Amino acid sequence: MIYFDNSATTEVREEVLDTFVTVTKKFIGNPNSLHKLGLESKKLMKEATKQVADLFHVKEDKVIFTSSASESNNLAIKGVLGYYPKRKKLILTTMLEHASIYETLQHFDEEATVKFLKLDDKGHIDLQDLDEKLKEEPLLVSIHHVNSEVGIIQDIETIGKKIKQYPKTLFHVDGTQSVGKIPVNLEYVDLFSCSAHKFFGLKGIACLIKKEKVGLKPLIDGGDSQTIYRAGTPSVALIASFAKALRLILEEENENTKHVKQLNKKARAELEKLPNVIINSQTEDSPYILNFSILGQKPETILHKLEQFDIYLSTKTACSSKEEKSRTIYALTQSEERSKSSLRISFSKNNTLKEVETFIKVLKEEIL
Amino acid sequence: MERIILIKYGEMTTKKGNRNFFVKTLATNLEQKLKDYPCTLEKDMSRMYLSYDEREEKEILEAIHSVFGIHTYHIAYTCESNLEEIKKTLQETIQKEVFHTFKVEVKRSDKSFPQNSAELAPIFGGVILKSKEGIKVDVHHPDMVVHVEIRKEKSLIYYNAYQGLGGYPVGTQPKGMLMLSGGIDSPVAGYLAMKRGIKIDAVYFEAIPHTSLEAREKVKTLTRKLAKYQSMIHLHIVPFTKIQEEIYKNVKENYVITIMRRMMYRIMETLAKKNKALAIINGESIGQVASQTLNSMFVINHVTNLPVIRPVACLDKLEIIDIAKKIDTYNTSILPYEDCCTVFVPKHPVINPTLEECEKEEQNFEFKNLIEQAVEETRVLKIKEQEEKEYQSLL
Repeated sequence: MIYFDNSATTEVREEVLDTFVTVTKKFIGNPNSLHKLGLESKKLMKEATKQVADLFHVKEDKVIFTSSASESNNLAIKGVLGYYPKRKKLILTTMLEHASIYETLQHFDEEATVKFLKLDDKGHIDLQDLDEKLKEEPLLVSIHHVNSEVGIIQDIETIGKKIKQYPKTLFHVDGTQSVGKIPVNLEYVDLFSCSAHKFFGLKGIACLIKKEKVGLKPLIDGGDSQTIYRAGTPSVALIASFAKALRLILEEENENTKHVKQLNKKARAELEKLPNVIINSQTEDSPYILNFSILGQKPETILHKLEQFDIYLSTKTACSSKEEKSRTIYALTQSEERSKSSLRISFSKNNTLKEVETFIKVLKEEIL
Repeated sequence: MERIILIKYGEMTTKKGNRNFFVKTLATNLEQKLKDYPCTLEKDMSRMYLSYDEREEKEILEAIHSVFGIHTYHIAYTCESNLEEIKKTLQETIQKEVFHTFKVEVKRSDKSFPQNSAELAPIFGGVILKSKEGIKVDVHHPDMVVHVEIRKEKSLIYYNAYQGLGGYPVGTQPKGMLMLSGGIDSPVAGYLAMKRGIKIDAVYFEAIPHTSLEAREKVKTLTRKLAKYQSMIHLHIVPFTKIQEEIYKNVKENYVITIMRRMMYRIMETLAKKNKALAIINGESIGQVASQTLNSMFVINHVTNLPVIRPVACLDKLEIIDIAKKIDTYNTSILPYEDCCTVFVPKHPVINPTLEECEKEEQNFEFKNLIEQAVEETRVLKIKEQEEKEYQSLL
């Protein structure tokens, strides 16, 4: 099998699964119970939370565990809108966001104004436009760190510094595709989402990091649990597995990125040689993602043909793959054709150069 | 040019004969605090000079800010002791500083330097005026004092001070035993005692099942927060349930708290002897509750000859809370778990107890053995500032 869909999800790491199983079996108490079993679960949960906080260089009480990055994104947006009802309901974002941001914002069409930031030809946020729009003192700016379809990296430090000049404006970053892949600096970020299954953790556990001064209205009420921002019995096993997956991916980040860059370079060079193939990702984008269009071909057909050879990639992102055309590619290229025929390879440390070669060979000889 | 941290001693400079001991203790404490950072500490009789990795500056400054015995500390720059080098260093380093008015103070310990201090000050002032826009000299109330010290080997330039915590280095006094309940006052008392150089052990009276394990965790957290100032604290956990239950069975209700405190003091004295401590420290504040009136203090104190130090005795609750917030114990202290002083509170505790009555009540039960047993069964935990990682193998 050649698995090139690591931005959709990764396979779980053996050690991470071990932690999940051990904790599930041995820590049976509800961390909110008063007795010893509860206390042990609570201690483990606190230690795991602290580890996550330390790895992100934030304080322990600022890590809110959720079920998915989509929930984190929803909590960030709806939570902020709910907590600051009297502030100006203006939100800035981009056309490149994940569906959990884009669709969520669509719901607020009537209550809140959503403005899309201009992008330059490489998909980076136009800083002049940002300056201009910030003057209106929006309540929230929500952007991705790494775009999930093409891999565009936004400079969250520069953007964050600009936003910090407006004390009433909060900055949310969706780091789902960046954690463990490129360095993350949260100094100027107020809210940050990420999810474990994108870095060899389990599905069902994600987090939202919230800085001290930020208010949030919970989506799920029910009192103080792991935090006051999300009720429900915490899954200590999932939280522990999150902490472990995060530690391991950060420990090997540099090494992995170096390896993935080689894969990306090779794939890009080979794809460029093929007729009717246009690469949509630029060289400065995240090396973990390589998006390309095969003009005149239905991407779903290619996907299913490759599937027969046990090769897996995706059209657009898994979460928005049923839309007609790719919103991201269209925003970037303004080309109907390219945005209707885009495919995404997303690499991980587990892929090899040999796999890239096989993929190219199959594509060239059997499919095109 | 090298960027270093200059550390100046506080009150301890007044201690002539013991100075060496004080400086050594401070150096040991600093080195302990900074043991995870690659840096080197040089010391003389009035200051210390710390060379460090600039990337860790924030953490290092924070660490220095939790060591008692430091009056002020400064980011300082060293350079060759010649006029041109000093001017150049001034020009470069002044850029980062934000101020409107300034004055220059020059100290010249190298008397062979061609110009004297009075001549040098205007020269350096001129350099600074030329290097930065919109600033002027104000010798009376400057925003910024620029210090230049001309010394034989290297000269030193430094700017405004960070205030240190003051006090004496922990360990320059013998040990004291702190009664740590989990409330707001006792951690503050511990902090203030450490500030005077006393090394503390903490003692927690536990009345399981009337108090919970959560309450113990809370006390451990408070101890950990105090360990910031002393690197490690022994926490003695005294099983107090039996004694407390006997008191409730045998003592008239309004004397229950008074007798309980007398029992605690007796245990404290025994623990102090066992652990070579010379004082009991607690968070009693005069008049705050019935057991803290002067009458109560008199009869409770009567059971021990050890000095009982009450650092917050004369502070208002709000003043205590201010310190608790400053040392980050407040939010932990207000967590709502019962401790053994709040479990059984009589409706009308006696405000003016008498010795006679106390002694009469204490004849109602045999407490000496109970005290011995409690001391015997006391467990000791070593608490460090860094939370112990119990479950690291899983994470």
